[in-house]
Amino acid sequence: MRKMLLAALSRVLQGPAGATAAAAGRTASRVMVASRNYADFASEATFEIKKCDLHRLEEGPSTTAVMTREEGLHYYKTMQTIRRMELKSDQLYKQKIIRGFCHLYDGQEACCVGLEVAIKPTDHVITAYRVHGFTYARGVPVREILAELTGRKGGCVKGKGGSMHMYTKNFYGGNGIVGAQVPLGAGIALACKYFGKNEVCFTLYGDGAANQGQIFETYNMAALWKLPCVFICENNRYGMGTSVERAAASTDYYKRGDFIPGLRVDGMDVLCVREATKFAAEHCRAGKGPILMELQTYRYHGHSMSDPGISYRTREEIQEVRSKSDPITLLKDRMVNNNLASIEELKEIDVAVRKEIEEAAQFATTDPEPPLEELGNHIYFNEPPFEVRGPNQWIRYKSVS
Amino acid sequence: MAASAAALRHLAPLGARLARLPPQGRAAGRLLQPQQQQRRGIRLSAPAPIQVTVRDALNQALDEELERDERVFLLGEEVAQYDGAYKVSRGLWKKYGDKRVIDTPISEMGFTGIAVGAAMAGLRPVCEFMTFNFSMQAIDQVINSAAKTCYMSAGSIAVPIVFRGPNGASAGVAAQHSQCFAAWYGHCPGLKVVSPWSSEDAKGLLKASIRDDNPVVMLENELLYGVPFEISEQAQSKDFLVPIGKAKIERQGTHVTLVSHSRPVGHCLEAAAVLAKEGVECEVINLRTIRPMDIETVEASVVKTNHLVTVEGGWPQFGVGAEICARIMEGSAFNYLDAPAVRVTGADVPMPYAKNLEDNCIPQVKDIIFAVKKTLNI
Repeated sequence: MRKMLLAALSRVLQGPAGATAAAAGRTASRVMVASRNYADFASEATFEIKKCDLHRLEEGPSTTAVMTREEGLHYYKTMQTIRRMELKSDQLYKQKIIRGFCHLYDGQEACCVGLEVAIKPTDHVITAYRVHGFTYARGVPVREILAELTGRKGGCVKGKGGSMHMYTKNFYGGNGIVGAQVPLGAGIALACKYFGKNEVCFTLYGDGAANQGQIFETYNMAALWKLPCVFICENNRYGMGTSVERAAASTDYYKRGDFIPGLRVDGMDVLCVREATKFAAEHCRAGKGPILMELQTYRYHGHSMSDPGISYRTREEIQEVRSKSDPITLLKDRMVNNNLASIEELKEIDVAVRKEIEEAAQFATTDPEPPLEELGNHIYFNEPPFEVRGPNQWIRYKSVS
Repeated sequence: MAASAAALRHLAPLGARLARLPPQGRAAGRLLQPQQQQRRGIRLSAPAPIQVTVRDALNQALDEELERDERVFLLGEEVAQYDGAYKVSRGLWKKYGDKRVIDTPISEMGFTGIAVGAAMAGLRPVCEFMTFNFSMQAIDQVINSAAKTCYMSAGSIAVPIVFRGPNGASAGVAAQHSQCFAAWYGHCPGLKVVSPWSSEDAKGLLKASIRDDNPVVMLENELLYGVPFEISEQAQSKDFLVPIGKAKIERQGTHVTLVSHSRPVGHCLEAAAVLAKEGVECEVINLRTIRPMDIETVEASVVKTNHLVTVEGGWPQFGVGAEICARIMEGSAFNYLDAPAVRVTGADVPMPYAKNLEDNCIPQVKDIIFAVKKTLNI
């Protein structure tokens, strides 16, 4: 009786169009939870973000950030994709389908995503070996990343590079020698200045690399020649098994550039990273020379897959970061609490991401290895074919550029 | 004096034409064909080859390539305002300015990495090491960043860079400044390594290296910078290139093959002149390129002469000569050897300072002659 009364009331309130709308709503309700609530979401929200510590700078990035619903969903999906991709890599490594080195990025997602959304596709990025997140952010599909990890011909560099050597347009890897990428990045910045197209190079390195001599040589030349280079130190507190306190006489990495202005950024907050990167890019594009950003972040995994990551830090510490500072959780809470998205909607994204990762993993485990002929290729660029010696003088491979 | 000499150099070919001098005997120049002479409307004779020092040849090559391609630039210590530590880049900073000729601080690892990064991003740097001894501080960037990147990226990133500078022994500069790096760089796939001897070699190889889309290590020799060589009119052209990967037979011979690179090529020719008086005709091969090595030219020569002597300035163990001997053994030429191949190299010690000691640490003409006679059993 009550039900009938309520239904009648509902129909009256909905008006003439209500009947068909209700019918449509009933059939559509199982599929489109989000769109049914679409009109209820805010289009954007403003957030307070942590103030950056500054070195040789009068002002820093803004302490508020505006994020639209679309931006939030995009950041969420991207970070979640990287998170799940790294966890899948962990799984594949333990199954011995990935071999060699595998340095995982989970925990640090806000750094590469915050960076990518603040820069242009025509800007340049170079980093070290913890590279899967950046490779995805710079546009390489998950399947090509996983297939590169599993050493298949469908990998982004045909299985020739592996975990530490992934490249794409305006992304120069993927560098295995700690610190070597920093002078390279300044060289790319030199080319940016030379060509005069207002492009900037974002050169990343870790807290471990920050003590490399070649980085200080690079600071000097970048400042001397006013190269449009943003140096970014991803400080995840540990250089392999050595904590920052045990490695550096000064752990204020944002000040280590001395004459180069610097800022220390909360690397677990994608908005903080975004605003700081915009600020830094502006600085370079204005011709003021290099600038240094320290992103304070954290990796959940050990240094690499052969490091359990608990001999030099406590499980409690890892757990604390996970519960209080996880970048994806932070974003999710912000979006839900500010009515930018619903929990269900984000769960749907999670499902979609999981599916994408599964399909990519499927590809990465079934794609064939590169053909043996590939062994000799790409020694040189733009070179007529020649022969390359194999393990003995009778084994020859053709080398094609 | 220098200015008028320079002017004379430019006028020399013209002067020769006007004076209608008869063709030179063994001139490096090229005779113009009759139809070319008719096209020009004047009767021309063979152009006189001119004398150019290795230093000037390198300078010309740099000048021409800087002019030809605006992506080319030079960086290194003292290359700009000092005109080059050995004056190889004299006048270039004045002509091209700060953007194209860059003085760096003393930071080999840093500036080499910067040069490699610039190459990855589309420029064509010429990175000068004041001597290759200092390249050891930057060798990671040369090998791991430059040489291997094309391979690791499956051909998506090219590194069109030239690393150049003086290599090997100089005079009285002692152990830390006298090492030869031909074997070190020649060891690595992904690099090209060239080692000029004459001015033509220097000019043609530097131009070819700059135009090559791959990392090239060019091992010059400080003691050769001031040495004049005849260069042909063809070599004076702005498009003259010496192909990388091709050796040159400097002297034909029938009794023994002498293979060398860089300054020792001159010593081989001197030894050949002495031996010729005794009736021994040496074939002298100037490798010009260490990697990729033109072993075919050496093989063809050994098939003809049946005897092989390699000559180099570097240390014997794992050296260029060792590689040549190994490859000759592996190939068809082995069956034509009438005696084991012999190596003449630098002495297996760090370079001492005292002149008498130093002189005995580098292969001299007498050492080459001795080796030839040993292998010929005379």
